[in-house]
Amino acid sequence: MSDKVYEEIQNVQLDEIFSKPYDPELAEKLYNPQKPMENRITDIGPPHYAQFFPPVIKKNYGKWKSHEIIQPGVIKYTSETGDVVFAVRVGTPRLITTDYIREVCEIADKYCDGYVRWTTRNNIEFHVTDEEKLRALLDDLKGRKHPSGSYKFPVGGTGASVTNIVHTQGWVHCHTPAIDASGVVKAVMDELFEYFGSHKLPAQVRIALACCLNMCGAVHCSDIAILGIHRKPPLIEDDRLQYVCEIPLVVAACPLGAIKPATVEINGEKKKTVRVNKERCMFCGNCYTMCPAMPLADGEGDGIAILVGGKISNRISPPKFSKLVIPYIPNEPPRWPTTVKWVKKILETYAQHARKYERLGEWAERIGWEKFFELCEIPFTEKSIDDYRLAYDTYRTSLHFKFTSHVEPM
Amino acid sequence: MAEIKKHDTPMVDELKKGPWPSFVDDIYSYAEKHQKQACFDLLGQLELSFKHKETHWKHGGIVGVFGYGGGVIGRYSDQQDKFPAIWAFHTIRVNQPASKWYHTSALRKLCEIWDHRGSGMTNFHGSTGDMVLLGTVTEQLEPIFFDLTHQMNMDLGGSGSNLRTPSCCVGKARCEWSCLDTQALCYDLTMTYQDELHRPAFPYKFKFKISGCPNDCVAAIARADLSIIGTWIDDIRIDQEAVRAYVGGELKPNAGAHSDRDWGPFDIQKEVIDLCPAQCMHWDGKELHINNKECVRCMHCINVMPEALRPGTDTGATLLMGAKAPILEGAQLSTVIVPFMRLEPPYDNLKEIIEKTWDFWMENGKNRERLGELIQRVGLNRFIVDVLGLKPIPQHIREPRSNPYVFWKEEEVEGGWDRDVAEFRKRHPA
Repeated sequence: MSDKVYEEIQNVQLDEIFSKPYDPELAEKLYNPQKPMENRITDIGPPHYAQFFPPVIKKNYGKWKSHEIIQPGVIKYTSETGDVVFAVRVGTPRLITTDYIREVCEIADKYCDGYVRWTTRNNIEFHVTDEEKLRALLDDLKGRKHPSGSYKFPVGGTGASVTNIVHTQGWVHCHTPAIDASGVVKAVMDELFEYFGSHKLPAQVRIALACCLNMCGAVHCSDIAILGIHRKPPLIEDDRLQYVCEIPLVVAACPLGAIKPATVEINGEKKKTVRVNKERCMFCGNCYTMCPAMPLADGEGDGIAILVGGKISNRISPPKFSKLVIPYIPNEPPRWPTTVKWVKKILETYAQHARKYERLGEWAERIGWEKFFELCEIPFTEKSIDDYRLAYDTYRTSLHFKFTSHVEPM
Repeated sequence: MAEIKKHDTPMVDELKKGPWPSFVDDIYSYAEKHQKQACFDLLGQLELSFKHKETHWKHGGIVGVFGYGGGVIGRYSDQQDKFPAIWAFHTIRVNQPASKWYHTSALRKLCEIWDHRGSGMTNFHGSTGDMVLLGTVTEQLEPIFFDLTHQMNMDLGGSGSNLRTPSCCVGKARCEWSCLDTQALCYDLTMTYQDELHRPAFPYKFKFKISGCPNDCVAAIARADLSIIGTWIDDIRIDQEAVRAYVGGELKPNAGAHSDRDWGPFDIQKEVIDLCPAQCMHWDGKELHINNKECVRCMHCINVMPEALRPGTDTGATLLMGAKAPILEGAQLSTVIVPFMRLEPPYDNLKEIIEKTWDFWMENGKNRERLGELIQRVGLNRFIVDVLGLKPIPQHIREPRSNPYVFWKEEEVEGGWDRDVAEFRKRHPA
């Protein structure tokens, strides 16, 4: 490790600005719309990370030696200096209010000297250095519930578990989604709750949800990916399109060249617009991203596709993409029962058959995808056969296959 | 203040049930306590979306703060009569501290700002890593920016065709495997490229993600245009005593990750040696031997026996480029560009590659073409050799091409391409 970095970290102190009371009127005094550059501070970047390190983290930066998950959700880290820290991991819904954050602060102040960390997968980690505090913290977390009874801070997400679902905005805040995000995640996690707080699976299972093909989140490399899809070509608002869209950009936006410029007459007035070759549309929605006058969303058309077997880690086998196994499940708010059913079915079939350490995709590759479909009782359709770019890479060009129930001798 | 209007949300209310934390309960509790119409309206509109199975947010809307071209996402409801408190509901991306550690003094003050100037709802965090403040009106954007910069020493993150907020794993702060000072590097790159982060000048988005080891906890390889993943070039460190403790059952394999199921006693042959993708290890009953020259650093043995095995001490990063989600040409994983680079401040070796890449992409990238797509279009070989000036090596590919369609250059061919057809016909009458 660089000594320079270690030294720098030791010298960073918590910025005093945070303990100064918030002045709700200051901005109006400083900001002058007539002189927008006056009092403007720009390009200062994020606060320095090291000021938020708890003392034990700061002191042992770069000196950690090993770790042990002492129970689901609790990881004990040991340093070369002999120091120990326990990280307690809890799940959150990601979509949270400031009052929820204040409750996190209350817990962090009570047990962790005011320090707290969030993970990449929307979990929170509380750190304590002695076991007595650890027990008290765990008891405290268990007792915190929302008015209708859900846990505010369920402990888990470590080891061979289903950890928190990485997800997107959905109908709560996005303009291009095919499905909701927070609602589907809540319904799925309720059903898989026991797998969050336990180590029963052959390996970790990463579930992710993206509410459209833009995939704001790495769902394309997840063990189980829940993906919002459209199935109807875009509508075209001829009377409005030329005013709100750059037609050459819209034409160029279509990866299949299915959009062409066109002129139509509306009430005797010529309007520039576009036409879509509907047979060629693959419903990616890229045109709508470029042009608000081409909406795709449709209550009957939209729904969920399930992709499985992706991974990020280089462990044993290289990172891989998730593969499409269920092409469409209708949107079923508020609790998406068919999606929940299939996710659970895939998870539990994997849990039953895979070997220790084997990720879902590694298991499916070992037994063969034909076997995967058979064991999971997922009907195979031609929609799982790729017909986009590089599709040939996925064709079977060998005699290495199994005679599953799919094969009907001819 | 106008009277608070609540909406019936029977479908949304179904999401109060069950053990997983309910965002609906959280938002309703907050709305009642603070009498926030925006929260009631948001859940009211969500109920309508549940009914219609369609979003009720309009397309886009360009808003921002003066001098920046990113960091704020404009959002408007298409049900403004029914839900006037969320008629405008813009998102602010606030650049998170590297690897997302906080002190409550900072979080509490941020909460005060957001109660005062926004909906009180957030995403902790956005997919890219920012703290996401969810929902405010256009008039509040400048005051929020002034509050952040004057009262929090915080700044906005990236959005649009610019450098997106870099993010990293927990690194050496709490992980014994990290081969990189991930936070230091993430912070340095973020500060060095503030202009690129705030002022869109790229063909499309560009993401840096930094993971400390090949376990890749921030999914750098799947979603970053430049994935910086820590690795080592020397030998795995072995504590033979601890290996024997695993074999003897005194230590729990995989740090206890499989504790709730009986997988039988630990079998080093079956669980480590046989699963090694390089088949470069053996156990002689007393000692574990690793042929490090054959190791591909997959981390499996280290993951299974963390008390016994650790990455080497000559550490650095593998640089990979071009990952992206499916839009447009299909999903891509990042591809190896530099197998090993030592990374110490001020990281000039890394910045040289970054800037060469950006110059080329800004010159040649089409509108909304990600780096990975551009590399495919020009060819990985041209990108590595002509653009970056690197030596092509087998580590750049999984296997050599199986077609013979090489784009030979004229200067590579003896005698060049200009030939005399009359001379040719003297030898070969038509």
